Amino acid sequence: MTKLMEWLLGLSLIGILWSIVTFDLLDLRISDQYLQVAWPLPIYLLVTFGCYSLAVVGYRVATFNDCEAAAKELQEQIQDAKRDLQKKGLHF
Amino acid sequence: MASQKMKTPKDSDKYSVLLPTYNERENLPLIVWLLVKYFSESGNKYEIIIIDDGSPDGTQDIAEHLQKIYGSDIIMDTILSASLLLGTAYIHGMQHASGNFIIIMDADLSHHPKFIPQFIRKQKESGYDIVSGTRYSGIGGVYGWDLRRKLISRGANFITQVLLRPGTSDLTGSFRLYKKEVLQKLIEKCVSKGYVFQMEMIVRAKQLGYSVGEVPISFVDRVYGESKLGGNEIVSFLKGLMTLFATT
Ligand SMILES: Nc1nc2c(ncn2[C@@H]2O[C@H](COP(=O)(O)OP(=O)(O)OP(=O)(O)O)[C@@H](O)[C@H]2O)c(=O)[nH]1
Ligand SMILES: [Mg+2]
Repeated sequence: MTKLMEWLLGLSLIGILWSIVTFDLLDLRISDQYLQVAWPLPIYLLVTFGCYSLAVVGYRVATFNDCEAAAKELQEQIQDAKRDLQKKGLHF
Repeated sequence: MASQKMKTPKDSDKYSVLLPTYNERENLPLIVWLLVKYFSESGNKYEIIIIDDGSPDGTQDIAEHLQKIYGSDIIMDTILSASLLLGTAYIHGMQHASGNFIIIMDADLSHHPKFIPQFIRKQKESGYDIVSGTRYSGIGGVYGWDLRRKLISRGANFITQVLLRPGTSDLTGSFRLYKKEVLQKLIEKCVSKGYVFQMEMIVRAKQLGYSVGEVPISFVDRVYGESKLGGNEIVSFLKGLMTLFATT
């Protein structure tokens, strides 16, 4: 199954469950109290997921390591390499 | 076995480093020097295969000179496809590879050879089919990126993780070690070009059930030369992502 199919399957399952509850398709006589929570649920889910995504990406951008030491080490090694290669007859 | 010395697995493993180059005359001697340094220190058997795409800047002269300095450990291959199809470059390079492991890395010094001994150790730890360098976990990271680039990179990675759940943290990086037969199979299966190719390789690898280990790496932006991947990277990334979403 492709990832696309998995997503479609998951989303339609949620959609079916949601319609059953919101439109009381199975005549379950769900109390009004629950209905009022149920019908805007997809929007809550979407907003929650959006906030979660922003938080995660924001956190990861903020904590993305800056490899200063690695850059410095590389610069030093470049100088060593150039000296050594010049000795071996390679000119830049 | 006929040899007098008992061969340990470490002795018999050989690593072929594939270096695709296009106008890398400044970087090539430096990356080769670093590779020689770290492989001599670790004692693993190796060879370096330079796959040049007919660079007009004289990269090939440099490569030939390096061959004279370092001998037959360095192999030259020139192709004239100039198609930006890195897959083609890898196929070419592999034809010369005598190692049972293949290491793919950029020649622009963004991928530091000091991580290769760690890749090898990681591979031996659990017999992984692939070991991938990652900028996104542990002590991995980048140097020389501004906020915008970090945001795009992290955002793209997040979307990919959500949609594909690949089980590896760095999909677009191209610093990896493969078992040779695994890489051969993957290249047959992968159809993307350029940038998306790396992503497809690792996603399909997971799909085919290959095991992937990860080693955090520091990615230092290129010092010399120019980036070849210009144009609309974001659009081609999204296209590739959608293709993989629908087909894997
Ligand atoms: N053989 C071959 N090598 C190429 C070609 N294009 C790029 N390369 C090499 O592939 C590696 C990666 O290319 P880069 O231009 O550094 O791409 P990048 O790492 O995504 O971009 P920057 O590092 O940001 O410049 C380098 O070693 C290049 O020299 C090509 O058409 N043919
Ligand atoms: Mg690069």
